[in-house]
Amino acid sequence: MVVNSVHWFRKGLRLHDNPALQEALNGAETVRCVYILDPWFAGSANVGVNRWRFLLESLEDLDTSLRKLNSRLFVVRGQPTDVFPRLFKEWNVTRLTFEYDSEPYGKERDAAIIKMAQEYGVETAVRNTHTLYNPDRIIEMNNHSPPLTFKRFQAIVNRLELPRKPLPTISQEQMARCQTKISENHDERYGVPSLEELGFKTHGDSSHVWKGGETEALERLNKHLDRKAWVANFERPRITAQSLFASPTGLSPYLRFGCLSCRVFYYNLWELYMKLRRSSSPPLSLFGQLLWREFFYTAGTNNPNFDHMEGNPICVQIPWDHNPEALAKWAEGRTGFPWIDAIMTQLRQEGWIHHLARHAVACFLTRGDLWISWESGMKVFEELLLDADWSVNAGSWMWLSCSAFFQQFFHCYCPVGFGRRTDPSGDYIRRYIPKLKDYPNRYIFEPWNAPESVQKAANCIVGVDYPKPMINHAENSRLNIERMKQVYQQLSHYRGLSE
Amino acid sequence: MKRRLSREREDSPSSCEGPTDSCKRVRQPTEDSGDLPPDWARLPQEILLHIFQFLPLLDRAFASQVCRGWNEAFHMPELWRCFEFELNQPASSYLKATHPDLIKQIIKRHSNHLQYVSFKVDSSTESAEAACDILSQLVNCSLKTLGLISTARPSFMELPKSHFISALTVVFVNSKSLSSLKIDDTPVDDPSLKVLVANNSDTLKLLKMSSCPHVSPAGILCVADQCHGLRELALNYHLLSDELLLALSSEKHVHLEHLRIDVVSENPGQQFHTIKKSSWDAMVRHSPKFNLVMYFFLYEDEFGPFFRDEIPVTHLYFGRSVSKEVLGRVGMNCPRLVELVVCANGLRPLDEELIRIAERCQHLSAIGLGECEVSCSAFVEFVKMCGRRLSQLSIMEEVLIPDHKYSLDEIHWEVSKHLGRVWFPDMMPTW
Repeated sequence: MVVNSVHWFRKGLRLHDNPALQEALNGAETVRCVYILDPWFAGSANVGVNRWRFLLESLEDLDTSLRKLNSRLFVVRGQPTDVFPRLFKEWNVTRLTFEYDSEPYGKERDAAIIKMAQEYGVETAVRNTHTLYNPDRIIEMNNHSPPLTFKRFQAIVNRLELPRKPLPTISQEQMARCQTKISENHDERYGVPSLEELGFKTHGDSSHVWKGGETEALERLNKHLDRKAWVANFERPRITAQSLFASPTGLSPYLRFGCLSCRVFYYNLWELYMKLRRSSSPPLSLFGQLLWREFFYTAGTNNPNFDHMEGNPICVQIPWDHNPEALAKWAEGRTGFPWIDAIMTQLRQEGWIHHLARHAVACFLTRGDLWISWESGMKVFEELLLDADWSVNAGSWMWLSCSAFFQQFFHCYCPVGFGRRTDPSGDYIRRYIPKLKDYPNRYIFEPWNAPESVQKAANCIVGVDYPKPMINHAENSRLNIERMKQVYQQLSHYRGLSE
Repeated sequence: MKRRLSREREDSPSSCEGPTDSCKRVRQPTEDSGDLPPDWARLPQEILLHIFQFLPLLDRAFASQVCRGWNEAFHMPELWRCFEFELNQPASSYLKATHPDLIKQIIKRHSNHLQYVSFKVDSSTESAEAACDILSQLVNCSLKTLGLISTARPSFMELPKSHFISALTVVFVNSKSLSSLKIDDTPVDDPSLKVLVANNSDTLKLLKMSSCPHVSPAGILCVADQCHGLRELALNYHLLSDELLLALSSEKHVHLEHLRIDVVSENPGQQFHTIKKSSWDAMVRHSPKFNLVMYFFLYEDEFGPFFRDEIPVTHLYFGRSVSKEVLGRVGMNCPRLVELVVCANGLRPLDEELIRIAERCQHLSAIGLGECEVSCSAFVEFVKMCGRRLSQLSIMEEVLIPDHKYSLDEIHWEVSKHLGRVWFPDMMPTW
């Protein structure tokens, strides 16, 4: 029987460690790699230009890599439920493969596609490689419910066997046995679109910080490991002013889009540790970043309301304020607090901010200062942040706003003090808010307190050239602590500060 | 045997009429006697009341539509002693509000039953106005407790002061037996406090009025002088005076149980007055078991007047950055300390200060550390010294600095050992 395979890329935008793709190649006569682009998606408000660019670059990279293997990427416009029946017929498809998506929306969509495929006589093969483990396994081991504290999660992971080893990348030999028929007008029909075609005006700015794609991801991985080896110290790194700027070895967006396999990252860290430390096994803290991601995927997989407060069984119901004007100031970096505004500016310009910066702005928006719902913050991050996917974004926002996961809410980040302690030089502020660059360090985090002479000398008058602070932090944090206490003291599981 | 439910549901939500007859009809026992059918209509009112008290308001309201008897039960005074008015506008809140018709009904039929009332108000002025509106109509009320609670921004402060005061004084004048009053973040003033005192001095036990900027130290002193049963008081530091503490410690005054003080900086470089040690001593002599809860929201350089002398604070909360030096003074001068929270300190380790606190604050049972630094060895030492009295240990992971003796992975074993339970630092996602 002739096997004509289609591999469906959604996340997992890579050729290495891709067992689903390997399965597509297995004994197949033809293989086509497909990415389905929902045309309405481009117009949807909630995906910003940086995320689009990253995705398109990742797709270009896949296409380039496939070309080297005498194949191409097929970018198909439309919705999967419409697209697949057409492709099944046109290409006589007998096998459909894709990487498992554990998110509730993904599971629903995939169940429908699998059912449809069956009706067309197409066999499906799904492989789990976006996470280290299958979330269902972790849930099973925790008495059939997802762990809701990180420590509990780590305890379960400790009892599991190691994640499956990653597969090598697709080889020439494998591809040689399968053909991909490329038509003359492939670029027209199935080429990767440009940002302009999707409706973005790019002003020809090509100097952006995070370049999408598997190639870039793997290069970064090597640099990341080099840096760790040089540091030779796997302790949690102390944050310096430098950490705030985009790192050439940062990997989070690549993990999100699947340009980098999380297992490849995991085992590379493992091997490096063994090489340098020569001890029996690495501590779980080595894989912090990966495990947090895993934690949120597990917490969200069976909870379609994970990204809401209402109807979400794990989310504390907090009487957040509804204030679109304040939300806009925060989202657009016009709060009047340079630390917050610089972070939101970096986020909008580049698509990535350090995790402590995330804590600062999330706290400011929700329980710290503005008392606005974490869902609003989550949506802004969804639009702007390259590594924000559904589970991790929603979960982190709930965590940072003390809405779930049994968080202590006393710890409030000061929008002045925290910034000053993290970056005493003020260089981060100067970089992202150039208007403030001539302020002395003493006042750059709180320009409204600078005497008029200083403001004039810096050529930036607060209230004219730069906004006045939108709230009084002392007053608001006092109020908000009271609000949180009001909510929490009514919860039976509250074990915290009594007064 | 067939049992027929004797209820008949009314479809319209208007008050029921007439089904008592049909109830009567069905009430006849069936041919097979020995088993009486369940006769819901004949349930004694006391039982109904008891059951209704378990039902949330909406379910109770549905039940009240079943028949006249149940409707009467729904309106029994005992079910209307406590009520929480939730006043929210869709534009400013995600929460549902108490239905205006229900509010009307309560005022019409139950205002003289109300005893324990609270208003939860969102950040819109309309909600605060609605609350005042209701308050002004509670003329037949004899409230025991009243709480005005803003769930977001304090909207009572947006109202014209006179409007708010006149609504509030309706309650003060008519209730005459107010025992508990929560009016934080409102424009209450000295004259209205006088009215409160004139009518409720014998019964007032609890008064929470943090962040009421229109009250002066004299105003609150008047309350302390007259309300000798006052056991719980919450206010801002600018209202605190030696005279107030002495009034609260006078012979006529009951033992104070709880005093909460918020110290909030309006502008940087604000000067704060001092309280004499003798005043605090008088308080402790008079009320040896009282909790003194202090919340500080100050800039680091505004702590000058504080912690120079011994102060009987039990719960101490630093909402902004507090210096190492001040924490050192805390160790020296707060022997009654039970709970300590430090949101932020800075990048110099607090080793010595923590050890001193362990030594001298023998009642410390809860501590929370945010953006601070403590070396792992000092932290273990601290925990060893406090031992099992530490029931609450909430330390952000970044606080602990590994040293030659302990790494982060080892520290939780050591600490767990000394605490006698499994312990981990608080974590934040790294993403």
